[in-house]
Amino acid sequence: MRAARLARSLAVPVLALAAWEAVSRAGWVSPILLPAPSQVLVRWLAYASPAEPRDPAQGSWLLWALSGELPRDALASLTRVAGGFAIGAGLALPLGLLMGARPVVYELLNPVVQLLRPIPPIAFIPLAILWFGLGNPPAFFLISLGAFFPVLMNTIAGVRNVDAIYLRAARNLGAGEWTLFRRVMIPAAMPYVLAGVRIGIGVAFIVVIVAEMIAVNSGLGYRILEAREYFWSDKVIAGMISIGLAGLGIDAGMSRLNAWLLRWHRGVEG
Amino acid sequence: MTAPAAGAAIQIRGVRKVFAADGRELVALDGIDLEVAAGELVCLLGPSGCGKSTLLNAIAGFSPPTAGEIVASGRPVTAPGPDRAMVFQEYALFPWMTVERNVAFGLEVKGLGRREIGATVGALLSKLHLSDFRDRFPKDLSGGMRQRVAIARALAIDAPTLLMDEPFGALDALTRRNLQDELLRIWAELGKTIVFVTHGIEESLYLADRVVVMTYRPGTVKRIVPVSLPRPRDPSSPEFNDLKRELSRLVMEEQLRHEWAEEGAAPP
Repeated sequence: MRAARLARSLAVPVLALAAWEAVSRAGWVSPILLPAPSQVLVRWLAYASPAEPRDPAQGSWLLWALSGELPRDALASLTRVAGGFAIGAGLALPLGLLMGARPVVYELLNPVVQLLRPIPPIAFIPLAILWFGLGNPPAFFLISLGAFFPVLMNTIAGVRNVDAIYLRAARNLGAGEWTLFRRVMIPAAMPYVLAGVRIGIGVAFIVVIVAEMIAVNSGLGYRILEAREYFWSDKVIAGMISIGLAGLGIDAGMSRLNAWLLRWHRGVEG
Repeated sequence: MTAPAAGAAIQIRGVRKVFAADGRELVALDGIDLEVAAGELVCLLGPSGCGKSTLLNAIAGFSPPTAGEIVASGRPVTAPGPDRAMVFQEYALFPWMTVERNVAFGLEVKGLGRREIGATVGALLSKLHLSDFRDRFPKDLSGGMRQRVAIARALAIDAPTLLMDEPFGALDALTRRNLQDELLRIWAELGKTIVFVTHGIEESLYLADRVVVMTYRPGTVKRIVPVSLPRPRDPSSPEFNDLKRELSRLVMEEQLRHEWAEEGAAPP
């Protein structure tokens, strides 16, 4: 049964790859437009491998293994995602808690939020470059902007949807306002907040690729645009696959973290 | 904790509660006078809509009466207080805390030391037969188990008064009887004052020293029925059934008024 299921789920990808390989080998399309998958794989391995042979006299084995172009690009992109997300979510979380818990703050700030929220973060690129020049600063700005709104909106919704019965129970047990906020409202809002975090990281990952294509000269997004300039379409595709794998890794990690943090929550199996 | 003043634990005087709904005024409670003695177990009984939960929430301090006064442990009620612990029908356990953390919550809020909290929680968990479940989350417990945790959590803050809002209403009959016996055992052991809201006639007779039958809209005290049968009570005994017949008649009158009101017709 398992083998049959595995065969079914692999059938289409394997056939597609075989067809692609055949088309390329037959010479029906220019390798610049569509290189063969085998060629992409070779290029990907070269991209991922260390540029220099290992010198046993110096450095650790791990540093050497990660000294290739791809690990360095991936590290640059992921560092930007992590930093930008930390800034964006770090601002959105307290603001969202405040807006959710205090109607006055909500009424004051909600119009501005509603005006800014529908502008895609990518539309801020020209302003970001004017304000921050090129390099990491505009990238961090754009990524934090991309992470900010999903986390903010979900945190507000989370706090506003806290079941009043928990607040009653906590007050009845003697909790003051601060305890109520810290030990009841925040954990009760956590399922919403974490959903926002997951969306926010997804947006941050999209934005980092675009920002690297335009404003920065390192990272996975920069690399595939650079490869296009040399017509290295095999490297473009190798880079795209790497981006996909990094995104998959981030989402899988988030999913596991969510499952653990929400192990108390109905419908989530730890 | 100082012992409550001898005599009345809760005094309710001339309590009236009006809700504004759709521009109309709805009188939920009117002219309620009731005293609950320290250590007494009183059931508030009536059909839904008779304001029994409203009265309990007023005693708890969640929603103050429109007029009249409630005095608990010698002080006027203005807000929820640590002298009145509530047990909700929906359990209201914090789902993100384990059983142990839930029971410890009120003690942590009080700022007690870790060791003292651990000892109190451990004793309560074993009293309610929850020791094996201390690390579970509420979602992994049955309804009866959850209500045990809720009772343990309420007992933890050592309030002289327990307010219980149809706590066993959602449980199956066997679990309910089991928890009723458990509650009577704890009540006898700890000497709490208990105000217990229910729409179960048999439940009120099984538990209460006095059953307060309430009228339907506005909620007033229709009749106070003392139950002097010795415990444990036998629901199949003739005395029990005499009282049950009397209570049924009183409650059914109000239930019919409730149904007529639902149909929009005036009672005959």
